[in-house]
Amino acid sequence: MDQFIVRPLFGDGDVGVFTITNATLWMALSVLGIALLFIVGTRGRAIVPTRVQSVAELAYGFIHKMVEDVAGKDGLKFFPYIFTLFLFIVFSNFLGLLPKAFTPTSHIAVTAVLAVLVFLTVTIVGFVKNGAGFLSLFWVSSAPLALRPVLALIEVISYFVRPVSHSIRLAGNMMAGHAVIKVFAAFAPLVLISTIGIAVTPLSILAITAMYGLEILVAFIQAYVFTILTCVYLKDALHPHH
Amino acid sequence: MTGDIVQMGAYIGAGLACMGMGGAAVGVGNVAGNFLSGALRNPSAAPGQTATLFIGIAFAEALGIFSFLVALLLMFAV
Repeated sequence: MDQFIVRPLFGDGDVGVFTITNATLWMALSVLGIALLFIVGTRGRAIVPTRVQSVAELAYGFIHKMVEDVAGKDGLKFFPYIFTLFLFIVFSNFLGLLPKAFTPTSHIAVTAVLAVLVFLTVTIVGFVKNGAGFLSLFWVSSAPLALRPVLALIEVISYFVRPVSHSIRLAGNMMAGHAVIKVFAAFAPLVLISTIGIAVTPLSILAITAMYGLEILVAFIQAYVFTILTCVYLKDALHPHH
Repeated sequence: MTGDIVQMGAYIGAGLACMGMGGAAVGVGNVAGNFLSGALRNPSAAPGQTATLFIGIAFAEALGIFSFLVALLLMFAV
């Protein structure tokens, strides 16, 4: 699985904290792509938008509506953060689909940082906004009294599992998709060494193509899911009452 | 016999963790299928519920990803 290896961009030394690696390069490329899209997209400010402006407006409107629908009007204060998250993930996912590219979001280290930041933000916002009332998130007042302690325990556990599932979902999906393509790619050159390859090679090339199409879908959906779950968690922090 | 019996157990366990994939498949299929049957009954209400659909799919899928995590832990961490 050569594509998941983090290696220094210059030279062959060890990977330290400040080493510029291929991960750094592809994350920087995503940021550059986002900046380019929005600088070029918002420069004209035409009434009838150009193609780039349409894409920028579409992305902005899509996430803005999602934040408003899911987290409510007061969640819009966090729109810049959520939009940044979405764009970074979507650009990393799509740039990672290029041949020979490195996918930063396929690494748990990257997604864990994003998820833990969301978790900390949500927890701090919840306590700042509601004070100790935030704890009512764990006390399901609509349930029968005898059930509430049990439910509280379950709610606390599910609250602390959030950053884990949040990060592993994204990293796992990206990594699994790339790994599946790699597995099929390993079968593709079979025709060169064995006659059974006459049947296997076209099939595996077809499978790579199909998986690649699916990966394009997954790259977008996982970015969408990551952001929408951030909105859901934010809604919990802003309105913790069940 | 060569090799380590613990290693063998870990590999068998990693293989067994693939069964979790089936559970996730059932869950995601259930969510999407029920959404579709509801959406065909009342198509005008469907677009407003796509967010809920994706949240449901994400939660169902997360548990499948956990089995992947278990497999990874058995392969590389145990």
